[in-house]
Amino acid sequence: MDKPFAITLDPGSSRANKTGSWRTERPVYVDLMPPCNHACPAGEDVQQWLYRAEDGGYESAWQQVMAANPLPAVMGRVCYRPCETACNRGQLDAAVGINSVERFLGDQAITAGWTVPVTAPDSGRHVLIVGAGPSGLSAAYHLRLLGHRVTIRDQAPRPGGMMRYGIPAYRLPRDVLDAEIDRILAMGVTFEQATVTDVRTAMAEGGFDAAFLAVGAQHGRRAYIPAGDSARILDAVTLLHATADGEPPQLGRRVAVYGGGNTAMDAARTARRLGAADAVVVYRRTRDRMPAHDVEVEEAADEGVRMMWLSTVAAADQGKLRIEKMRLDETGFPQPTGEFTELAADTLVLALGQESELSLLDGVPGITISDGVVQVGPDLMTGHPGIFAGGDMVPAERTVTVGIGHGQRAARGIDAWLTEDHEQGNEADRASAVGTAAAEPRLADFSRLNTWYYSDAPATVRPQLDAARRISTFHEVTSGLSETTALFEARRCLSCGNCFECDNCYGVCPDNAVIKLGSGQRYQIDLDYCKGCGICAAECPCGAIDMIPERI
Amino acid sequence: MPTQPIKFYQVGSFAVGNRLLPDDQRSVQSEAARTNALNCGHRACQGCGEALGARYALDAAMRATGGQLIAVNATGCLEVFSTPYPETSWQIPWIHSLFGNAPAVATGIAAALRAKGRTDVRVVGQGGDGGTVDIGFACLSGMFERNDDVLFICYDNEAYMNTGVQRSAATPPAARTTTTPAVGPQPGNAFGQGKNAPLIAMAHEIGYVATATVAGLRDLERKVSRAMEFRGARYLHILVPCPLGWGSAPADTIKIARLAEQTGLFPVFEAAAGEVVSVSKIRRKAPVEDYLRLQTRYAHLFKDADGAATIARLQRMADRNIARFGLLDAGSPGAAQPATTSGEEGA
Ligand SMILES: Cc1cc2nc3c(=O)[nH]c(=O)nc-3n(C[C@H](O)[C@H](O)[C@H](O)COP(=O)(O)OP(=O)(O)OC[C@H]3O[C@@H](n4cnc5c(N)ncnc54)[C@H](O)[C@@H]3O)c2cc1C
Ligand SMILES: Cc1ncc(C[n+]2csc(CCOP(=O)(O)OP(=O)(O)O)c2C)c(N)n1
Ligand code: SF4
Ligand code: SF4
Ligand SMILES: [Mg+2]
Repeated sequence: MDKPFAITLDPGSSRANKTGSWRTERPVYVDLMPPCNHACPAGEDVQQWLYRAEDGGYESAWQQVMAANPLPAVMGRVCYRPCETACNRGQLDAAVGINSVERFLGDQAITAGWTVPVTAPDSGRHVLIVGAGPSGLSAAYHLRLLGHRVTIRDQAPRPGGMMRYGIPAYRLPRDVLDAEIDRILAMGVTFEQATVTDVRTAMAEGGFDAAFLAVGAQHGRRAYIPAGDSARILDAVTLLHATADGEPPQLGRRVAVYGGGNTAMDAARTARRLGAADAVVVYRRTRDRMPAHDVEVEEAADEGVRMMWLSTVAAADQGKLRIEKMRLDETGFPQPTGEFTELAADTLVLALGQESELSLLDGVPGITISDGVVQVGPDLMTGHPGIFAGGDMVPAERTVTVGIGHGQRAARGIDAWLTEDHEQGNEADRASAVGTAAAEPRLADFSRLNTWYYSDAPATVRPQLDAARRISTFHEVTSGLSETTALFEARRCLSCGNCFECDNCYGVCPDNAVIKLGSGQRYQIDLDYCKGCGICAAECPCGAIDMIPERI
Repeated sequence: MPTQPIKFYQVGSFAVGNRLLPDDQRSVQSEAARTNALNCGHRACQGCGEALGARYALDAAMRATGGQLIAVNATGCLEVFSTPYPETSWQIPWIHSLFGNAPAVATGIAAALRAKGRTDVRVVGQGGDGGTVDIGFACLSGMFERNDDVLFICYDNEAYMNTGVQRSAATPPAARTTTTPAVGPQPGNAFGQGKNAPLIAMAHEIGYVATATVAGLRDLERKVSRAMEFRGARYLHILVPCPLGWGSAPADTIKIARLAEQTGLFPVFEAAAGEVVSVSKIRRKAPVEDYLRLQTRYAHLFKDADGAATIARLQRMADRNIARFGLLDAGSPGAAQPATTSGEEGA
């Protein structure tokens, strides 16, 4: 080449200068555990389905929900939302309305008739499920997806368990429940109305290869209360069950509910709807110690339910209760004060918790029952090989969500147990099948986020029926989100700990050392040029980049 | 029922890209096919704000001009780290001039293009704060008053970094440089000196004057595009933190630029024909301490009571900017903060 005067070298590109050698730290993309996923007892990949919903991919988002939870429209109504309590956005403005979006997806699926196909080949194995509550239904669904035949037996005429016979219709409309249960049954699940009195006999007679027990906790706990002959006392589960059957009992005008849990709130709210002018919740401790969730207490109060704190029912008689005032001692335990008052009440409803009826396990070797519940391993197998148990009848929080999670975990445990060689007893495989052995990724906590980049957006509040209207009916209290608001809500997700392709790292690198691989492919660091400044990690909104020291 | 018809895009336009945005709202920097006017392998320090700002600005100018662009560069870090003979990082037509004459060279190139009838090719002049605010200032002022068809961009890192961090007329009060050491009764750079180049540019009543920082990419890109819609003299002043000269962590470059804006110390605005026409409002107001503490050039302020008094004085400067440019929306967080009226401290 003819070079100009005094030029002896061709102009070269600075790419010849590999500035990556300056580096003492390198950026590494990571995928962390978002707090919502971590908190979900049903094991949902919340962040992933929100991501899919963000661009309007509702069916794909719904399929992602269904990978863990076969009852999204139900859960979108009754779940106590531990995901939202854990959501990092709560520390920024307000938690993402995860549950509202789940409900929106669940309702869309019902309207559109979306289904999950069973693609696994028939395993030839047959599993008995006792109890068609959320736990039994979830197990049935997951076992079908794994190719096993499933029969559910329940003593009640219709499946649903406490979702049908406990949770009132104003919180969970029965057409929604029916639609989601029917979808599970349509996957080839046999439902039989039958009481199982002895599980081993039932298994032997039916030729079942394994059993999953999910009989729940059906019996209302009683307390000794001195009562006159004409005192009217019944327990909350009985009241709710009868109401669900369309045969509500006569309660009178004044109803007292004894207890402080969610069931007490449902009983009092139901009493209001059945015509009680005065519904009073009597509770031994104070509001902040009440096991009932805040929303339940607030909604009850909105509907005119009164609360009597620090009170016990000492005796019941016709038309009135003798109430003893309590005080909390230093340990927070309620102590009697010897002061009494009277409360006018036609009916006393006991909402003091439920107990499991476990006689179907009588005499089964290996079973351990303590504190009224059946002990199980991490794979939910009881001490008797091949018999698994979950939901309210095992030691865990008693919620629909936990029950659904147990159903999935048990299905995986049963699947592993059915395929394992019992001579060898390879337990380790089962542990990894249910996910207990796998090391969980680190939690994506709030401190990793660079929240500057997220648009300011308050939570969308679910519109509520106005309180005056709702006490007279069993119509649903909380209605769903419109599509716009659901989309808005999904887009509030911060994508904690997992790259959502915002291009920040690609944009902010002063050395053009981040390679954009294209939609869905994320990015790659060009280590030839990355000087290790760490701007990409600092400016990543969701904390998906770590800086790790180079070995020098 | 509170249905929101608003469009909400998760990271909106704060992040570089956003898969939810329509194509026409995407930033130049988010594109896989951006020019990368300044290529890999340049020798800027780790976390250099100037390298970043130059790529942001020139890539945006390339898009705005359809690739018909010539850049004229004053001596300074940007020239030295990009073109050590025989290598170059520039992937656009680029010419180096002297420390003090880049605006004049840019004027000459614009005149030559006009003479040749190549009005499709546009000219950008660029330099550091030393090259712009100090030694190149006469040439720049001349370019302004003649309304020559050049966009001049100053990458302001608030000192002469290339030669070892000497004070310039853009160095802020109290900052330590090698020529304003943190010793004596008034450590660091003196108060009441220096000049505000954007305001002086506005005094020439040229068509377009704007400020920006590397923390506001979309704003910066928009201003470059806007500037390219005009003919005549235009001026863009970009704050570019320098980890070496400011004594900050390389990873903090963008954070520091953001704090300069959110404290009010560096007002971000746009002006046309001598009048401010728009300002970037403060979104999350921060006290000046948050900004100062990340930089060792201000470390002496955190040692004693005199330092505390100086910080208060810098806070008054920030408050004055906030009041003067209207940087806070009424009702936004921190809007209640009283703005001082002390006239001695400039923006
Ligand atoms: C009033 C009330 C309100 C609630 N509200 C909520 C709420 O809003 N959100 C929430 O998450 N949780 C709520 N819960 C708790 C939740 O309903 C339970 O934790 C959940 O239903 C437990 O599921 P499960 O499958 O273990 O048992 P269940 O739902 O109790 O189902 C067990 C089933 O087993 C059947 N069965 C029992 N014994 C036999 C037998 N021997 N043979 C055949 N069938 C048998 C029963 O008929 C029943 O259908 C509420 C509970 C109550 C009582
Ligand atoms: C006439 C002249 N005087 C001094 C120098 C030495 N010199 C080169 S760059 C520079 C300072 C550059 O400072 P600035 O313009 O702020 O750019 P920065 O390096 O900070 O980006 C100096 C003093 C020179 N090249 N020419
Ligand atoms: S912001 Fe999104 S990813 Fe983070 S916890 Fe909330 S829902 Fe999960
Ligand atoms: S911003 Fe660029 S240079 Fe800095 S660490 Fe990330 S890839 Fe490396
Ligand atoms: Mg400089």
